[in-house]
Amino acid sequence: MREGASIGWNLVRAWTVLVYIFMFLPVAVVVLLSFNASQFGSFPMTGFSFRWFVELAQNDAILRAFRTSVVLGLLTAAISTTLGVLASLALVRYRVPGANMISTLLIAPILVPEVVLAVALLLFLNFLQINKSFTLLLLGHVIFTLPFVILVVQARLVSIKRDIEEAAMSLGASPRQTFFQVTLPLMLPAVLAGALFAFTISFDDITGTLFWKPGGVETVPTQIFAMLRNSISPEINALGTVMILMTVGLPLLGLALARKLSTKSGG
Amino acid sequence: MSAVTLNNIVKRFGTFTAVHQSSLEIAEGAFVTLLGPSGCGKTTNLRMIAGLLDPTEGEILIGGKRVNDVPIHKRNLGLVFQNYALFPHKTVAENVAFGLKYRDVPSGDIRRRVQDALELVQLPNVGERYPKELSGGQQQRIALARAIVIEPDVLLLDEPLSALDANLREDMRVELKRIQERIGVTTVFVTHDQSEALAMSDQIVVMSAGRVEQVGAPQEVYNTPSSEFVANFLGASNILEGKCTDIGADKVALEAPIFGKLAIPAEKAPLIKGPGPAKLVVRAEKLQLSQSPAPDGVVSVPAHVETVDYQGQAVRYFVRAGDTQLQAINMIDGYPFAEGTEVNLLLRPQDCAALPG
Repeated sequence: MREGASIGWNLVRAWTVLVYIFMFLPVAVVVLLSFNASQFGSFPMTGFSFRWFVELAQNDAILRAFRTSVVLGLLTAAISTTLGVLASLALVRYRVPGANMISTLLIAPILVPEVVLAVALLLFLNFLQINKSFTLLLLGHVIFTLPFVILVVQARLVSIKRDIEEAAMSLGASPRQTFFQVTLPLMLPAVLAGALFAFTISFDDITGTLFWKPGGVETVPTQIFAMLRNSISPEINALGTVMILMTVGLPLLGLALARKLSTKSGG
Repeated sequence: MSAVTLNNIVKRFGTFTAVHQSSLEIAEGAFVTLLGPSGCGKTTNLRMIAGLLDPTEGEILIGGKRVNDVPIHKRNLGLVFQNYALFPHKTVAENVAFGLKYRDVPSGDIRRRVQDALELVQLPNVGERYPKELSGGQQQRIALARAIVIEPDVLLLDEPLSALDANLREDMRVELKRIQERIGVTTVFVTHDQSEALAMSDQIVVMSAGRVEQVGAPQEVYNTPSSEFVANFLGASNILEGKCTDIGADKVALEAPIFGKLAIPAEKAPLIKGPGPAKLVVRAEKLQLSQSPAPDGVVSVPAHVETVDYQGQAVRYFVRAGDTQLQAINMIDGYPFAEGTEVNLLLRPQDCAALPG
């Protein structure tokens, strides 16, 4: 009986490892091949080289796409975080009629398939006879990064006791001073986490971006997509590696930072 | 001129009335306690004085000025909460200095006043630490220092001792009273703990279900409760339905079950205006169990000990006299009476109080 159980568990372990390999092997291959000296973006590896990163840095189209993605990501993060913090404050701290309904509506974009959201927004703007533009693209990104910011910030705000803000006000701080002196510093870890989420999600997004981007504008993911249609250049591997570094590295960095901040402020 | 005045204050939340028409005058420098069970409206009153709630009707005056429309941050109040409410991201010194930043105090003075406040609460060396590095009692002292350093017109304390351990709570009680007397600030203290109220207050405001039941000095409220609620809430009382048969210049004649005819001092029955139904209030600790005969002027009634609740230096008995159960709390020296013992209940008439029936 015991023997059988242990075999069973070993099988589960092996299976888990296989699943992880299935998930991460392609990523590892991309990273590995980005250092391949060969001019074909596939095995066998002929040597170790930074050649493709250098070429990447000299490719104007990619650099332009990269710049677009970073600007888009930063703007998305800034707008989403501001709106998200304000919405969370309103929903948690004030009695808003229909707060539950508003909350659900704001979170809804996570629940709706992105394609549906993308098409819906496009049709809506068509109906209003507004042309595609960078602003529209930004708007789309804000819509589906906002829920993440709200979820993170709301959770934190609920844990900040109202007493603390009341104490600040009783000591002479106006509501605005109280916000900047007490509430904001206490929810800063969540605000930063939300901003990072927004940035990475925007930086990473392809579905919505494909629908919303105006002609001639490419973000990194759409650029990769376009390049893949021609040939699999090893540059793509290098670009993939950079993307992985940004979309995995940044949130990890943010998480570490948030943890450090919150231990300092006593959670 | 009183420091705080509540004029016919009413507070409603939707259809629920939390505070009914209450009026209150709090004298300059006084330590006034709002005492009552949870939901009696005491915290609502405090929050209205603080400016955290707006009264539905009536007006609030602080230092003679109407403050209904003055927001909390312009009222110059010190507020201490049950959960300390220190700023977790600021050091102790920064916490205490917080209120001074909004009062145009030069930075050298800020440092000195913060240090003075920390010394007043007997924690002069924790300025550089963060609140979570301190114990609950220490955090509450810091919260107090933060509230008094701004020299508030009124100090408002919302159950500040309730989160502390029993022993610490008693120490803090003495400490808090010492500090309040030292700086002489008008203080409104909210608690549901009668012993805190009795020990600390100049004046107790007993509240129940949104109404003020009685206002008076601790001894007054304790010895001459003005309602059955007050008699029961402050300590344990036996209340017997009887009647007043006659009213004299300095004595009131009562007839009550078990104890029969009693003549109690008129000042212990101020609300009885003439013969009629009345209630006899006998505090549990005024009822003495004994097996010796009664001295002169003491009423003695035979009774039977039913339950013994031994508490060390004191004991609480539930005794039966006739068909009535009574409660008695006696200090004891040695062993209490055992359950089932036949005893005499001794009562001095001057220890009783009476209420209109």
